[in-house]
Amino acid sequence: MDWTTYILVSVIKIVITLVVLLTAVAYTVLLERKLVARIQNRWGPTRVGPFGLLQPLADGLKFILKEDLVPANVYKPLFIAAPMMSMAVALMSIAVIPIGESVTLPWLGVKTPLQITDVNIGLLFLLGVGSLSVYGIALAGWSSNSKYPLLGSLRASAQMVSYELSLGVALIGVVLIAGTLSLREIVDAQSGAWLGLVPKWNIFRGQIVGFFVFLTAAFAETNRIPFDLPESETELVAGYHTEYSSMKFAMFFIAEYTHMVTVGCVATLLFFGGWHGPSFGPEILRALLPVFWFVLKVFLFLFLYIWIRGTLPRFRYDQLMAFGWKFLLPLAIANVLVTGLAVALGA
Amino acid sequence: MLHPILFFVFATLCVAAAVNLLAQKHPINSALSLIVVMVSLSVLYLLLGAEFVAAVQVIVYAGAIMVLFIFVIMLLNAGEEEHTHGSRVALLLGLPAVSLFAGLMVWVLGRRPGGAHLGEFLGPTKEIAHLLFRDFLLPFEVTSVLILIAIMGAVVLARREP
Amino acid sequence: MVPISYYLVLSAILFGMGVLGFLVKRNVITLFMSIELMLNAVNLAFVAFATQWNALSGHVFVFFVMVVAAAEAAVGLAIIIAVYRTRQTLNPDRVDLLKL
Repeated sequence: MDWTTYILVSVIKIVITLVVLLTAVAYTVLLERKLVARIQNRWGPTRVGPFGLLQPLADGLKFILKEDLVPANVYKPLFIAAPMMSMAVALMSIAVIPIGESVTLPWLGVKTPLQITDVNIGLLFLLGVGSLSVYGIALAGWSSNSKYPLLGSLRASAQMVSYELSLGVALIGVVLIAGTLSLREIVDAQSGAWLGLVPKWNIFRGQIVGFFVFLTAAFAETNRIPFDLPESETELVAGYHTEYSSMKFAMFFIAEYTHMVTVGCVATLLFFGGWHGPSFGPEILRALLPVFWFVLKVFLFLFLYIWIRGTLPRFRYDQLMAFGWKFLLPLAIANVLVTGLAVALGA
Repeated sequence: MLHPILFFVFATLCVAAAVNLLAQKHPINSALSLIVVMVSLSVLYLLLGAEFVAAVQVIVYAGAIMVLFIFVIMLLNAGEEEHTHGSRVALLLGLPAVSLFAGLMVWVLGRRPGGAHLGEFLGPTKEIAHLLFRDFLLPFEVTSVLILIAIMGAVVLARREP
Repeated sequence: MVPISYYLVLSAILFGMGVLGFLVKRNVITLFMSIELMLNAVNLAFVAFATQWNALSGHVFVFFVMVVAAAEAAVGLAIIIAVYRTRQTLNPDRVDLLKL
């Protein structure tokens, strides 16, 4: 298709993706509050709307209407730019995540994959975006000119940089099996099933250790329990976002939950076969089922995230760093060695 | 048609950020300008078809080395720099000399044509891997030893004396 | 269609600015950043030549340059931290005597 149609289709996809993603993030916050509440044997938000379903609306209004405080002592340019950087980088990572097969748009009559752009180095793009997300946190803490944010941001940056390594190395196993860095092709390599029963997902192809390392490193990258020391209330007031209020705090919030959704998407794409699942029914159902399976798997990952948050205590900082360098990284490297050997002997 | 536009936008961004790096007094602003230079260089690598190098530039340079710089600036609480007598002399003598040198290089390098079509040359990761692990295997292993030495050196140098 | 010489001209300009920064700036961390700028300019020249001569070894060399730059940045910043601990200054003009 010529480039004007391409730009139009891309803009439509970007708008739809952003709207869906931000709504998903808002409702993930609600899901977390309800789930953690149930784990703690209480109700969670129930007042606004039926079962509290309009609570994100009330939260959004609260964030917009709250007073936006900028303390006098901060380094203003970075103070205002840091949450924007955080949110922008978090939203960029959705650009390469494929949701399903190609669909034909009705009015324009073009066939387009359900992905904003399919780059050959999709996995490296995601790793690069993960590396850039350290800046929002580091600069937020430093520009706040106050001791708790500085400590929290230094700890958070050190933690994120350390676990980035294990994250990257854990993904090498998947790349060895699929032979490509493009996300769509990695999912295509997981289609089909053995004996028609057991799907050929990467987790059944021996990547269980890789999956474990990836999930743990991703929990540390997104600063979630059990690795959320840098932003825990009992330790460091609120860590790097102590001095932030209303919209800027909301941007950090959105960035964190978008990272959670991205990790869920990447885990399903790389280890659980993406959008592949049982396909049945009439034509229109067959076209929509892959998206449904993908959303279901991502939802299960979000559920896992919140479940672990409600259940586990948090690591102490030295335990955290020791775990990342002395256990997780050697385990990931061992996984690469074994996977490489298996691929070389099998192929 | 899009190629020259993209090139000029990101080349201007590169040069503007480099000028900002030199003009700013506080090192944190210089560090952020350097990050902008590196990311726009990554886009220029994409325009030249070097997709793997562009990704590695963002992951390693902008995502790890510059984080190290920002860490050190935060740790040492570096303040704004001062203008001493030496820096004024250096600017007075250095600016013409460097402009002459850079101008000479620009004149020499700007003479050959040789076009770069967008999308004509692509550096696929597989081919780079073939080169790296067959023809350049010895330099690859030597750089891994180099990194080990650098890690040991950095740990020993930055240690507090007990 | 952009001539390769434009990329090389940009590389030369960035290298010149890196040299200027190295001569003029009076903060060792900014000095280091000028060195990184010079290395980046050289990387751009390597990649431009790789496209011109259709040779992928240019990309492999960029990879090695990045590794060396990373190692050098790590050791250099460790030295800066060690110097700061004793001299309490980041100005290279004040670190000109071996005597404290």
